[in-house]
Amino acid sequence: MFGYYFDLAWRSLKRTPILTGLMVLAIGLGIGASMTMLTVLHVMDADPLPGRSAHLFRPYLDPVPLRGNWGLGPDPSINLTWPDAMALLHARKGRYQAAMAGTSLVVTPAQDGVRPFTADGRTTTRDFFAMFGLQFIEGAAWSAAQDDDAAAVVVVARSFAQRLFGTAQVVGQVVSMGGHEFRVIGVVEDWAPRPMFYVDASAKRYAGADAFFMPLSTGVSLNLGTNGNQSGWADYNNLRSPTVTWLQFWVELDTPAAVADYRRFLHDYAASQKAAGRFQRPASTARLYGLMGWLGVQHIVPGDVSMQAGLALVFFGVCLLNVVALLLAKYLRRSGEVSVRRALGARRRNIFVQFSIESALIGLLGGAVGLAVAELGLWSVRQRPDDYAHLARMDLPMLATALVASVIASVVAGVLPAWRAASMTPAMQLKSQ
Amino acid sequence: MRMPPMIATLGRHRLTCWLLVLQVAATCAVVCNAAFLVVQRVQRVNEPSGLQEAGLSVMALSLAKLHDDQLAQYLADIDALRRISGVRAAALVDDVPYLGAESSGTTCGNLDAVHRMLAARADVPGCAEPVLYSGGPQVVRALGLALVAGRDFRDDEYVQGKAGYQMGNAPAVIISESLARRLYPGRSAVGQMIYFGNGLSKGQGKQVVGVVKHLGRGILRKPVDYDQAVLVPSEPADASVLFAVHSSARDQSRVLAAAEALLDKRHPDRLQDPDFGRPYARIRHAYFQRDTTMIGLLIASALGLLFVTALGIGGLASFWVQQRRRTIGIRRAIGATRGDVLRYFQAENFLIVTAGVVLGVLLAVGLNLVLMRHYELPRLPLWYLPVGALVLWGLGQLAVLSPALRAARVPPVVATRSV
Repeated sequence: MFGYYFDLAWRSLKRTPILTGLMVLAIGLGIGASMTMLTVLHVMDADPLPGRSAHLFRPYLDPVPLRGNWGLGPDPSINLTWPDAMALLHARKGRYQAAMAGTSLVVTPAQDGVRPFTADGRTTTRDFFAMFGLQFIEGAAWSAAQDDDAAAVVVVARSFAQRLFGTAQVVGQVVSMGGHEFRVIGVVEDWAPRPMFYVDASAKRYAGADAFFMPLSTGVSLNLGTNGNQSGWADYNNLRSPTVTWLQFWVELDTPAAVADYRRFLHDYAASQKAAGRFQRPASTARLYGLMGWLGVQHIVPGDVSMQAGLALVFFGVCLLNVVALLLAKYLRRSGEVSVRRALGARRRNIFVQFSIESALIGLLGGAVGLAVAELGLWSVRQRPDDYAHLARMDLPMLATALVASVIASVVAGVLPAWRAASMTPAMQLKSQ
Repeated sequence: MRMPPMIATLGRHRLTCWLLVLQVAATCAVVCNAAFLVVQRVQRVNEPSGLQEAGLSVMALSLAKLHDDQLAQYLADIDALRRISGVRAAALVDDVPYLGAESSGTTCGNLDAVHRMLAARADVPGCAEPVLYSGGPQVVRALGLALVAGRDFRDDEYVQGKAGYQMGNAPAVIISESLARRLYPGRSAVGQMIYFGNGLSKGQGKQVVGVVKHLGRGILRKPVDYDQAVLVPSEPADASVLFAVHSSARDQSRVLAAAEALLDKRHPDRLQDPDFGRPYARIRHAYFQRDTTMIGLLIASALGLLFVTALGIGGLASFWVQQRRRTIGIRRAIGATRGDVLRYFQAENFLIVTAGVVLGVLLAVGLNLVLMRHYELPRLPLWYLPVGALVLWGLGQLAVLSPALRAARVPPVVATRSV
């Protein structure tokens, strides 16, 4: 039966090539535009650390005074102050926890004739590696003592080691960065989660990666500074000040009980700071965000991209309306054929199925056109200079989604026309012939 | 032509008509809003920099560390750059418009406003948040700024800046006309005092000696702050500085190459930088790249929607014409002229599109409200709506023309045949 309907559908489509072409084109354009933009959104919204992200949390505290003029700058409460980050760090309430900040340093290669260059890295605390699951090729993270003593040590990424020394076996070597010498104690595989969830709001989340890691205390005592937002409301230039926010903080909590405990701990901490007169806002402003939740409140998808996605979906909607109208016209015009089939014993259900298969066939053809359009669209996205552009590629699930969505959309679009065609009274139609 | 029978006929295709009406409405709503967005982006992309962009090259020099006589080195660089043949002017600056970064500072036009601003810690009239540029000798000429009042800096007004983006204690500034209007409404800005930076808390002002037509910001955020700038005669002495070099557009690529080679030789410890030397046009193009992409996408999707809608209208009209061949024949047989048939289909289309446009105008306003909520857009000016309606009427008539002409060609003899 299916094969027969399929054959009928194919014949019917071939009979009206222009109309069929219009419908296939409408579905193809709609699916292509939507899939292009949904793929971009899918890439931007992706889980940066599958399997690990469910256990990673970002505490939020608001030490900002109630009255303040922040002008054009970003919200200062997005980052933590040094005293708050240290309090959370030393409380050791999670399995792992680390405070961190981005830094850009001038690296001076040892060889003559090689120009110095700027490299982006991170000053952080030792749990960073274990918590985020970085893989050491050689060496290991610094010790807790080195964290405390502001040791001049550095862990480098493989590509950075290759660039500087031509090899990844560099433990024990000395690197000159920011005018200071650092001893390499470990080499990790290049690590660049997309999006880079742990960075400051000013960083590029879809391009670049950390080339090196060094103890946070070292960065502060050598005054290496941060390349992220540093906002203050007094004592602006002192990184250890309780009125300057610049640090990010992440904690690993493995059980729901641990999460609940940490929420309570954070609330109590904020309450104690309020009681001491340091925080002006209520303790209820303290929050604990999951990784994906944090990315959600950070609005990492630019307005342009979400607007483009909305536009693409509306476009698809109009294309579908168009297809519904065309299918309706096409199916209703075949009243003669339907009536003859009905008179010969076909049931309404059979007619409905027959037309639905015809709709599905249009959807399949439209999906194929749509895939071509989407590939073209994604290619043009990749030509853009935005940091996320190079990631815009269609993976297998998106490809399957495109085809399935196209078939489902056209079958849905065909439901009404097919039902109308199936519910015609054969006697009237036959008589009028 | 009488409407009631036409409406009765359409009533037989109620569902199809509604689908068309919906499609026209959605298209009208999206096209009106897309056109509005395009106009906004185009305005943004055309935002003036105030610079004479043709022939302007910008060299970005970053050093690994500061030398003791850093400023003297930079000034010697400038001297050497001016000796390249074809260079009309060269100056040291800390920033140029649309570079993607800026230093701004709260700035007030009189002491009263300063006191009110310090007390309120918020925006007060008479104060603004302009971008602050510092530049060395020849800066006005090198950037090609157009003075509309007052004068250029005198040579003795330039002061030495210090590392850490400190501007030194310059006695005079030049401001943009838009900032002049905001700080000194209804008065001439030249000769007025201006307060910013340390001068705010100390109550020490500088004198405005000149006003330039435009001077853009490093970053565009809020339209009220566009084109608000202060230029301070201070020689930047940081580890990263810019050299603005002006030549004729014809000489530009040669001058740029020569300037790159010169600075490269004079600064062996310069950092690797893919954006070392660039024509200013490239800086501007890079900054507005997203907007130009968005303009292209919006126009493409609006045209795509109009195209699909036209296809839908045309496709359905052809079907109806085929379906009604017999009735058309009968009408022709009992005296309707070809023009009557043609006009009938045109009027029918007009009726459907009108219903769609009425619904579409409401949808357009609704969509604009949604966009305003999510993307901080201004309100859609109402005149976009009648223009959108006209476009859709025109499109509908265009799409229906060919099927309607085919209908008009149906001979009366069809009436006598069975289908």
